[in-house]
Parts: sequence; C-alpha cells; structure tokens
Amino acid sequence: MERVLQKVEQKRIALSSNYAVAYAVRDVDVDVVAAYPITPQTTVMEKISEMIANGEIDAELIHVESEHSALSAVVGASAAGARVFTATSSQGLELMHEILHIASGMRLPIVMAVPTRALSAPISIWNDYSDLMNTRDASWITLIASTAQEVYDAIVQAYMVAEDPRVLLPVMVAYDGFVMSHTYEPLEIPVDNKAIRDIVPRRDRVTLNIDKPVTMGTITDPRWYYEIKYQQVKAMEEARKVLNETSLKLSEVLGRRYEPVEPYRLDDAEIAVLTYGGLFGTVQEAIDVMREKGLHIGGIRLRQWRPFPVEELSHLLHNIDLIIVIDRAISYGASIQGPVALEVIPVANRMGVNVVSMIAGIGQRTVLEKDIMGMVIKALDYLDQGIFPLRSIYWGVRGGE
Amino acid sequence: MAVRMNVIRRAQDLPREELFMPGHGLCAGCTASTIVRHLLKIAGKNTIVVNATGCVEVSTTMYPYTSWKVPWIHVAFENAAAVASGVEAAIKSLKRKGIIDPNKEIKVIVLAGDGGTYDIGFQALSGMLERGHKIMYVLYDNEAYMNTGIQRSGSTPPHAWTTTTPIGRVMRGKPQPKKPIGEIVAAHRIPYVATTNVAHFIDMDNKFIKGLEAEGPSFIHVLQPCTAGWKFDPRLGIKLARLATQTAMWINWEIDHGEFRVTVRVPKRKHVKHYLKPQGRFKGLTDDEIEEIQKIVDTEVERINKMVGEEVIGPVVE
Repeated sequence: MERVLQKVEQKRIALSSNYAVAYAVRDVDVDVVAAYPITPQTTVMEKISEMIANGEIDAELIHVESEHSALSAVVGASAAGARVFTATSSQGLELMHEILHIASGMRLPIVMAVPTRALSAPISIWNDYSDLMNTRDASWITLIASTAQEVYDAIVQAYMVAEDPRVLLPVMVAYDGFVMSHTYEPLEIPVDNKAIRDIVPRRDRVTLNIDKPVTMGTITDPRWYYEIKYQQVKAMEEARKVLNETSLKLSEVLGRRYEPVEPYRLDDAEIAVLTYGGLFGTVQEAIDVMREKGLHIGGIRLRQWRPFPVEELSHLLHNIDLIIVIDRAISYGASIQGPVALEVIPVANRMGVNVVSMIAGIGQRTVLEKDIMGMVIKALDYLDQGIFPLRSIYWGVRGGE
Repeated sequence: MAVRMNVIRRAQDLPREELFMPGHGLCAGCTASTIVRHLLKIAGKNTIVVNATGCVEVSTTMYPYTSWKVPWIHVAFENAAAVASGVEAAIKSLKRKGIIDPNKEIKVIVLAGDGGTYDIGFQALSGMLERGHKIMYVLYDNEAYMNTGIQRSGSTPPHAWTTTTPIGRVMRGKPQPKKPIGEIVAAHRIPYVATTNVAHFIDMDNKFIKGLEAEGPSFIHVLQPCTAGWKFDPRLGIKLARLATQTAMWINWEIDHGEFRVTVRVPKRKHVKHYLKPQGRFKGLTDDEIEEIQKIVDTEVERINKMVGEEVIGPVVE
C-alpha cells in the first residue's frame, strides 16, 4: 500500500478485520445480507446484525439455514436488483461451491468476505488458505488483504469492480482467519460515509423487473454455452483494467493506493519472497533482518489472486534470480503443490527466474521470522547447487523429507 | 382470516391473458404446462417466478427462447426457496429505500417438482417457511425424478415402478410410503397449505388465489400426472388426475390458518385398481399388492374423515 494525498476526512479507530468488513458493508449501503454462522466468520455477521438492529445499516438480514442457502439467497436478491453481501469460511465456502459458479455464470455483482480457514478432515477451526484456493476456477474476482485497513478498503473496491458494467462478476475479499479476523489493528475510515457512497453509485443492470421481464438462468445447449462462458473470460480480463482504475479512484478519495502485486524493498533485490495475506507482515520483518545481514532480498505481496496479475508480476521480477513462494494451502498430487507457486512458475519461467515452492502455516502452524529466513537459506542452497526440486517443500512438518 | 377478493367459479372467470407461452418442449400430454398456465393467469404479470431445476425449467427456457412473460429465474435444484427468500427480501429492502415503487405489489412464486421439494430442496424450503417470507411455493408433484429419467423420489407411491425401484422377483417397486409433505409443511404453522389436483382446476385456481393472498408463506401441492413416467396414454392425464381423487389416492384439502378442510368431497369412492390399471408404472402388480395399496388408502381415508369429523370421503362402491 502506498500513501497518497488524503482527500476526505477520516478517523483513526481500532478494528478486527471482521469488524472492518462490517464497517465497509455499512458504508456502501447494502440492501440484503444473508449469512450462516461459521468460525471464524461469525463476528462479521454479529457486527452487521448489531448495525442493522441499531439502524446503522438499512438492509434485510436473512438468517438462512445453511451457507448454500446464504449464497442462493444473495443470488436471488442480487438478481432482483439489490446490493448484497455475504461472508463465510472453510466448510461454509465448500458448501457454497456449487452456487459460486452459478453466481459468476449469472454475472451477479455479489460481494463476499472470506476469513480463510483450514478444511476438514480432520476438522480444524484454524487458519490456512485451503478453502480459498478451492475456489480458484469459480470465476470470482479474488482479493487477498493483508491488514484490517486493506480489508475495509477492499470491500469498498469490491463493489466498485463487481457492479461495473464492463465486469459484472462477483468478488471475494479474503484474509487470514483468526490471525486477522480476530486481532485488532488501527485503521482509518471516512468520518462521513457519503464519501464511500459517492464512489459506489447505484447503476442500472438487467434484473428481475416486472416492467421488463427477463428469463435468467436458462438451459443452454452446445450451440451457445461456450460463447456464454467465453464472455466470462472476457469479463475477467476487463476486470484487470477496472481493478486498476478503481484502485486509483480509491486512492484519490481515501489516500491509499493498492497494486495487484506489491513490492517490498525490491529495488536492488536478487531474491524475492512472495506470499499473501497476513503472513506478509512476518515476511517483511524477516526481510528487514536479512537486509541488515547484507542479503539483497525483497518481498512481493500477492493482493489480486483472480485475475492473476501476470504482467504486473513480470515487471517486479526483472532483476530477480530466485523467487520463494510461500503457500498456505496444498494442491494434493499436483506437479507443484503450492497453488500460488503453480501460477507464479509460468511467469517466472518467462523471466528466467528460479522458483522454490514452500508450504507452511497449514492449519495455522506458526510461521515466525526465523522460519522465513530458514526457507530462504534452504532456497539459496538450491541456487548454489543449481538444482531446484520439482516439488514443494513442506516447511516444519514432522516426518517430512 | 384474510378477506378473499376473488373466487373462480367457472373457466370463464379466468383472465384471458396468457403469460405462459406455447412452443416449449414439455411432452405431449404433460399436465405441468396446464398447471403453470393456470398459475400465471391467476398470479398476473406483477409476478416473479423462481423455478427449481426440473422438467418445467429445462423445457421452457431453451436459450435463446423462453415461454415466460413474467420475470423468471432458475439457479439450481435444491435452493429455489432460498433464492426466492432473497428475491422477496430484495423487493422489501428496495421498496423501503424507494428504489422500486413501494405501492407496486410484486408476487413471488416458487415452482418446484417433487425431487426439488421432498428431497434435495427440503432444507431450503423449511428455512423459507420458518423465516416467514411472503412467497407462494407451488409443488408440481409427478412422483419421481422425471427430468433425469424416472428415478424414485420421496414422493413416489408404494409399489410404483421407477428405473431405480423396478418391479422384480425380489423387489416390488418402491417399498416405502409417500412422504406426507403437505402436513410436514403445515407443521411449520404457515398461513395456508393446500393439496390440489390439475383435474379439479377450479379448486386449484382458488387455492392459488388463497395462497397469493396469504400474509406469509403458502404452499400449494398439485398432483401432476406424467405421461412419460407413469406410462399412460397422453390423452389420459386429466382423467388420471380425476381418478386419483375419485379413488382417494389423492385428497384435495387445505389448512387455512390452522383450519383443516377437505375441499373436494368424494361421497362414493372408486377402488384403487381403476387408477392403477391404466398406468404402466403399476403394471405387473399382483391382486394382493393392489389390495395392499387399497388398504393404505382406506387407512388414510379413515384418518382424514376422523380429522374432519364427518365422512367427507365415502366407502368404495365400484
């Protein structure tokens, strides 16, 4: 995040990332919220319920009986013209999976917050990104925030992007469950939410309107299905542009500028560590320590997971020899089992950059600065030997190779 | 009890305007299209229809064509009640904010088959009823998964053949009874629940009116004979629906604000064989098995008569 000249009056408050979501939802003026409780998403919904009960948010809250129905209800509400919101984690996101694809296929501008959590079995309420990574091909624009401030800003931006007529795709805003969802950080939000409402104006789109009847969610045979899905491909491409435009717009109003991939001390770096979410803070600390020891190392934070920022990442890799990608999810049986590493590899290959895929933080196994430094030392060994493993390295696992 | 504004007494009372267009792909002799045509005539054009996956959905919306002259949405199989909850909530919220005209009444109707209601959609339905959304849920019940090729559902009657409950030497059609969905729905204590029958269309249409006038959720369960799945001559759909009532294999009742009433009385009942014989799905049943079905019906008739407190369904005379 880059600080630019601040335009609107803001106040500094302390919020958890889950509460930051609720404040953003309040400020954009949603019409319908549907959700089902699941740890660690619960406090998002509790705060929104409180705000609705107090009249701070004027919205219908649907207390659905499952996450499947939560997403289904917001699909219905969005189709009927409402601005909608939902949130879930882990098993809840899995239960929604069928409807994830339908929401994007129907081109509905739904916004969802995902404080990420490990998947069962065995059941784990703790954090990793297995749930989010399973949604990779669902055609949702996906942002991964690293601070409570960014969570607030990303929810606002999500509505700006989702409702843009060039896009009309749903947006997920993900962040670390517990590590971010339940810890307090200082952030700034506008004193008057009019500033936010001005940048997310209500726009016309095709809805279930009795004066202009439409048929939505038809059956489509082989003569048409492919073209309709290709429109989704185009919309996702358009989203790259709209994400950049809205980042700029947001920076003009709020004074905070976000990039799809964000560098940290990368200018003269030869080695880069790439990760996403709250873990990037630990990576930054580790980089500072390693820099003091004379290592030319920097960090890259992936903020925009879908659409994947191919060009922007290429630019950052110009002078890099080695990139270490830390994933907090496992793609079992894949060639490289870190889902983000798998996507970095083609970009890095084009730039002649070596990639080491590290798996860490599974089920919220603690990752400290010394772990990051250990991963870097391990990767430097590979660089020295000139041989890179064709698999991911499972950092800190007992009984691992 | 709400004051009833409109009553249909004869076919001529129905609006002439057609909101369900011909040219769809439902089977010749399918009675679902008759139900939908009547439903939209009663509901009128200020209506949003949420359709669960099923025969009606796939047969009426082959892109880029549609049979629907009202806003219509399909999302998935099991979630029509949840989608409709969202539609209804959106209308409420947008009216309150003045984004849509608060004086305009917009009706929300779910249309779902037995698979989408009894089985996979049951949880979403229960949630919708419990939350009290003002939605009319119309179940067209053809007693099996007809869209996927006649597989057994929770609605399939005992001894009926389906592709997954064959009548063989060991298994004799569906072993279980039909799930009493109407009464399960009524247990949610919603304002209006009714069972009806496409052959008794005046009864059906008036129940649609009552369902739409209810102040909360309503549920209309319509028997829908299926020529392909029940295996009968396409000419016989309405006749079979009538025989269902005449044999008391199907009873038209309503629970209006807790008050139970049989709306189509059957003073003289026909033996179930008259209903079963024209249907290929009951072909191959022995006389003993037919008598077994008769006993199930007799027990049900006795229970219903007791509930009403008089003999609304009479004895078997033919």
